[in-house]
Amino acid sequence: MASLKAIRKRIVSVRNTQQITKAMKMVAAAKLRRAQEAVVRSRAYAEKIGEVVAGLASEASLREHALVRERTPEARIMLIMLTSDRGLCGGFNTNLIRQAERFLAVPGRTTVLGTIGRKAFDFYKRRSIEIVEHVSAASASPVALARDIVARASTRFTGDEVDAVYVLFSRFRSAISQVPTVERLLPIHAPAAVDHPREYLFEPHRDAVIESLLPRYVEVKVFQAVLESIASEHGARMTAMESATKNASEMIERLTLEMNRARQATITKELMEIVGGAEALKG
Amino acid sequence: MAATKFRLRIVTPERLLLDEEVEEVMAPGDTGEFGVLPDHIAFLTVLGPGRLMYRAGDQRQMIAVFGGYAEVADNVMTVLADGAEFARQIDIDAAKRAYEEGKSALDTMDVGAPEFESTRRALDREAARIAAASEKP
Repeated sequence: MASLKAIRKRIVSVRNTQQITKAMKMVAAAKLRRAQEAVVRSRAYAEKIGEVVAGLASEASLREHALVRERTPEARIMLIMLTSDRGLCGGFNTNLIRQAERFLAVPGRTTVLGTIGRKAFDFYKRRSIEIVEHVSAASASPVALARDIVARASTRFTGDEVDAVYVLFSRFRSAISQVPTVERLLPIHAPAAVDHPREYLFEPHRDAVIESLLPRYVEVKVFQAVLESIASEHGARMTAMESATKNASEMIERLTLEMNRARQATITKELMEIVGGAEALKG
Repeated sequence: MAATKFRLRIVTPERLLLDEEVEEVMAPGDTGEFGVLPDHIAFLTVLGPGRLMYRAGDQRQMIAVFGGYAEVADNVMTVLADGAEFARQIDIDAAKRAYEEGKSALDTMDVGAPEFESTRRALDREAARIAAASEKP
């Protein structure tokens, strides 16, 4: 049995760890709330721009646009992965990487990676998959990050380096459920045309409006993916830290029991010695 | 009967900034300022950075808009702004300082420099802030 002192030291150390996990859980909970609000607030813009693009979907200049036209076969693909910079968030990054592995395993095409967040980069930098772009997740505001990602991806797409661009991110369902999701960014899935499209007056010109609107439409999709990913990360961290705190409590309980037993054993032993000594003197 | 009011919604990627009944809007179109009154024809345009004014009764409000789109349809005007701020929340002195700094940075910068575009955009934003905040409603 471990010595009394060793067990005591162990308890102190576990308790310290527990304080840290508890603090991390609380920080994550606060950040999660803010991130969730950001997701909700971003919907108004995203819905409206989707509506506008859907209203223009029957326009030939949209359907034939370089960012919309399908390329078959999709042989060269760029996959943009949104992971976190930091760990201690349970299975968040593992689940994303597992999903990425499934995506990469599809035969008949070559895939290059754009990694956002250090975890994906660290995982793939020593593997045979080429990483063509890397951005740290914390480097900029979500809006700027989304703009940057889309600018780089569309350069590759329009420059005919890749036939399609996909994004892999963690969709936020709840604090305990985040679902790794793959969506195609480019070519843009033109939304279904509405039945009676509105006859707009365009300024400066219909094609100019469409030309400027489409990249923005993609940016908004990435922006939302970034926000969902942030909310997922905090949710995953909160859940992970919650269970870590609980595990620490259990461990402290078990160690305390063990400590008491060890203490009891020492006392018993000492008593036996005293009794034994007294017996010996008597004789 | 013709409508006397219409709805103005201003949304940015981050949030819904404004949703109000108004009587008149002047907005910074990419090719020039334009006005919107009730029963405007369906209209879709690119916005430049600049000042947006809206009026409800005697109340005139200024908003700095940093580019985006405006859609007018069925007496609802939706502004999809890249960013937008109420004039009353703008610190005009800070904006002027930032404008001057950006301007001198831009003057010494090479046109092909990687940060040229972002600096120019930031300058446009400050100009829009100043335009919105300097006009008294």
